[in-house]
Amino acid sequence: MPPLTGTPILTVTQLTRSLKSVVEEQFVNLWVEGEVSNLARPSSGHVYFTLKDDTTTLRAVLYRGVALRLRFDLTDGLHVLMRGRLSLYEPRGEYQFNAEEVEPKGIGSLELAFRQLKEKLSAAGWFDPRRKKRLRPYPQRIGLVCSPTGSAVRDVLEVLARRWPSLEIFLAPARVQGEVAAVEIAAAIGLLNRVHQKMPLDAILLARGGGSLEDLWPFNEEVVARAIFRSCVPIVSGVGHEDDLTIADLVADCRALTPTEAAEKVAPDRLEVARRLESMAARMRALLLRNLEAARQRLAGLRSRPCFRRPTERIEEQRRRLDDWADRLQRAMLQRLRSGQQRFSNVAARLEGLSPLKVLARGYSLTYSEEGQVVRQAKQLQPGQRLVTRLREGIVHSIVESVE
Amino acid sequence: MNEPSFEQALADLDAVVRDLEEGCLGLDEALARYEQGIALIQLCQHRLQAAEQRILQVTGLMEDGSPALQPFRHAPTSSRGRNGN
Repeated sequence: MPPLTGTPILTVTQLTRSLKSVVEEQFVNLWVEGEVSNLARPSSGHVYFTLKDDTTTLRAVLYRGVALRLRFDLTDGLHVLMRGRLSLYEPRGEYQFNAEEVEPKGIGSLELAFRQLKEKLSAAGWFDPRRKKRLRPYPQRIGLVCSPTGSAVRDVLEVLARRWPSLEIFLAPARVQGEVAAVEIAAAIGLLNRVHQKMPLDAILLARGGGSLEDLWPFNEEVVARAIFRSCVPIVSGVGHEDDLTIADLVADCRALTPTEAAEKVAPDRLEVARRLESMAARMRALLLRNLEAARQRLAGLRSRPCFRRPTERIEEQRRRLDDWADRLQRAMLQRLRSGQQRFSNVAARLEGLSPLKVLARGYSLTYSEEGQVVRQAKQLQPGQRLVTRLREGIVHSIVESVE
Repeated sequence: MNEPSFEQALADLDAVVRDLEEGCLGLDEALARYEQGIALIQLCQHRLQAAEQRILQVTGLMEDGSPALQPFRHAPTSSRGRNGN
């Protein structure tokens, strides 16, 4: 059925425009609640996602400027409250929610950001006790990162002066509150690490007095955590008051509850050290006396022996025994010498009988082949062979004529 | 700086005490060790007494990488007044 004459007919554009004006005038500065899903982060820096509840969904966008200000990570599954307005995109007739502010539901955004970063760094092993550097017990020079004004720096310096006045302190000032604080703190830690290359530092003390979570926020930022993690010098954190726990505390090599306690952890107490030196001196004296006493007793013990009581008598006796021994030794030696001589003549006589020269002397001769072998049988020889014959005196060379 | 660090001096001192405790040194050696120990204690005590805190503010790095330093004084408080500062 065609429309009645006189009924106004709208173009798509006209309809969309009138919708747009209704939507964009009516739905401004409103809060909406839902769960984030289908989150996308294109390179433009805008963040696109869908906000949903049990039955329906709403397309939403977080423009770059808003996204950058967000402290926590917007992720799928997060329940959020968003303030913003609706807008309608004419070419497609689609509407979406432009968020200007985002809060996690049921938890502060700083609290959420803290949890998220803590989880991330913990997974990366940044809190691992095994990678924490140990503090030198008697430091000579340390770095101090804090605000040059305020109570923290005063407290720290006073504690250090009282406990360990020989300390040289390199102060790298940084603002510890506000937008630029995190970057300044990280830069100060970096600067001190470069100083450390030329003039070694035993520790870097990070100090900041108490304040609200917002005040302490720089110490929860990743840039500070990274500077601490990368530091070659052990870092002691003393941030805020007892209950305040920051990411910096977790990454630091040593965590103190307050700036004052951080100073106490860095510097030994000289009175305590002096007492220890005293007790060591006393102990050494006692030990030396014990050594002396032991030596004295050894000496007394030696003195009481007979040889020290009547020394000459002992020596005389020794001399008599020595003479006696010498006598017996001489007789024994002579005896052995004589029997030795006898045995020697016997052996010599027997040896002489075996000597071939002795045999030759009796008129026998020895005949050798040219190769020097003794000839014992005629059949070893052939006519024409040369022979060497040894007589008692002289040697005869001959040639075999015949063999029988 | 040929003098040992405080840490080293204390470690040396510990070694002296241990040697004396073991009691197997001759008397001469024990006396010599004792004298070394006393010298170390005096060195440490001297360090504890001599020093006055030095606070320098790092303002940047020079071209050779060494720090640019300037003296730093923080506002004195009443508790420091006793020391005449």
